[in-house]
Amino acid sequence: MLGVPLVGFVVAPLFRKMPDSWIPVGKISDFEIGKTVNVPFPDPSPLPWAGITAKGAAWLRRESDDRFTAFSINCTHMGCPVRWLQDAELFMCPCHGGVYYKDGTVAAGPPPKPLIRYEVRISNGKVEIKSAAIPITTKL
Amino acid sequence: MKRLLLTSWKWVDDRLGISDLIGPSMKHLVPHDAGWWYVFGSATMVALIVQVVTGVALAFSYVSSSSQAYETLVFITRDAPFGSFLRGLHYFGASAMVLMVGAHMAQTFLFGSYKYPREMNWATGVLLLGFTLVMGFTGQLLRWDQNATWSVVVAAEQAGRVPLIGDWLARFILGGNSIGGATLSRFFAIHVFIIPALIFAFVALHLRLVLRHGISEPPTAGKPVDPKTYRKEYNDLIKRTGHPFFPDGAWRDFVFGTGLIIAIVLLALFVGPPALDKPPDPSVLQADPRPDWYLLWYFAVLALIPPKIEGYVMILAPAVIGMLLLLGPLLNNRGERAPSRRPWSIAVVLISVLTIGSLWIAGSRSPWSPNFNPVPLTPEIIGTTNGPVFHGAQLFQSKACLNCHLIQGHGGRRGPDLTYIASILAKDNMTIRIVNGGVNMPAFGATLKPEEITDLVAFLESRKRP
Repeated sequence: MLGVPLVGFVVAPLFRKMPDSWIPVGKISDFEIGKTVNVPFPDPSPLPWAGITAKGAAWLRRESDDRFTAFSINCTHMGCPVRWLQDAELFMCPCHGGVYYKDGTVAAGPPPKPLIRYEVRISNGKVEIKSAAIPITTKL
Repeated sequence: MKRLLLTSWKWVDDRLGISDLIGPSMKHLVPHDAGWWYVFGSATMVALIVQVVTGVALAFSYVSSSSQAYETLVFITRDAPFGSFLRGLHYFGASAMVLMVGAHMAQTFLFGSYKYPREMNWATGVLLLGFTLVMGFTGQLLRWDQNATWSVVVAAEQAGRVPLIGDWLARFILGGNSIGGATLSRFFAIHVFIIPALIFAFVALHLRLVLRHGISEPPTAGKPVDPKTYRKEYNDLIKRTGHPFFPDGAWRDFVFGTGLIIAIVLLALFVGPPALDKPPDPSVLQADPRPDWYLLWYFAVLALIPPKIEGYVMILAPAVIGMLLLLGPLLNNRGERAPSRRPWSIAVVLISVLTIGSLWIAGSRSPWSPNFNPVPLTPEIIGTTNGPVFHGAQLFQSKACLNCHLIQGHGGRRGPDLTYIASILAKDNMTIRIVNGGVNMPAFGATLKPEEITDLVAFLESRKRP
């Protein structure tokens, strides 16, 4: 009798659904063709006391006039935040040395998969990224 | 006054039975030759007490809310009277506890003290080691700085590799789909309530077992443990030559424990607590997540194991090591105890220490990580201020080669040191390597123009051994 509500309360976050929302990250004109930039965005469903942690981010690349690619910031090896080196056109991970090309494919190091991509769309002149959970990418 | 105090004490003791409760424990007989090797268990207890006292004190100001924890840590460190000192005590107390658990375990293993009838003493100790490491990791997360939040993600990614339930475990660790309001509070509950409760319960059981089976006598070569006769032999020995724990055995524990506290205090005073990283803003990506020192060796494991088997190592290795540690005494609970008759036990301890030590050094240097802030190459190192060699050197820096390669001490250590690369690699091979990439190196053929490759190779060709 006591166990069900107790366990249910503790594991409730497992069943919290990510809202199916599109998050605007800027106007089209804010982004230069061929450049990859970090776009921070608010958590679409933060708990009231989340404070500064109620944020997320993605790497957004403008490929052409109307084509954008958004990458997860999380290295597919251990989830550390990859950094973009513009001149070298590489993403590098500070933790275990994973390296990715500008299209997110693995260039070197231990990552088993390319960077996860987020859905992107243009709506009313604004670039929007679809909200997504932190990718838990690698399985045994 | 003295008489009043004595009378009061007698009244309290009579009603509460304190002497009856503690007396037998303090007076129990211990081997007369149990010397300084036996102090690590009580020293672990001393470190635990330091952790409880300082942890409770820190909890007076710490707010376990994702929005405020970092600010309270800043307040405790910078503004609260003795706050920085208390954080230092808690940090070095944790370090001492990890070290003392390790030393206690090594001594118990080397002395064969885990053998009959003390198998469960060992098993409860192994669980206490696990709880201590969990406390260390969750304690680091409670700092709730940038390093902590990314460490949570790393933990979730590892948990995600567990078959079938990995994704659930990862979401449980994150407290949802991302770092947020629910993340910190669950680690606070684990660090402050769940694991301490388990530690208290298992310490009580561990001590109960120590009293039940007695402190093992120092091993003697040629005197194997035989479960049929051991208890009688031990009881006879203790009755014949044993000393009461207090004061004959306890004074060493007191001296060593006091020394440990002094060391913790001095480190807290003169080294201070670990510096706080940037605030826990998940959208700030200039992060460099690293575990505290006692888990640096594991950080190295994650970088050095071949990617193809790392999932198995991450999940299976802790499970196998844990099972071996727990079941080992049951499978090997008799026979010789003396290390001289069990040279493999010395080898196991040495190999463990050397392996963890080597991984720890590798983890602290982390040569596999790119250097994101390399010191630029100087004109003196480049050797010229114009022409292809100079332009090649500029490319070497702007194209991130310097982030991974060393040139005369400048740069990263992720790839080979290229200070004298021209002495070992021909021009054509350099070009092939740059264009096509190599082992653990990206291919730059798509991002460099032919003239840039020519200049880059010209710079590398100028790197000759004098």
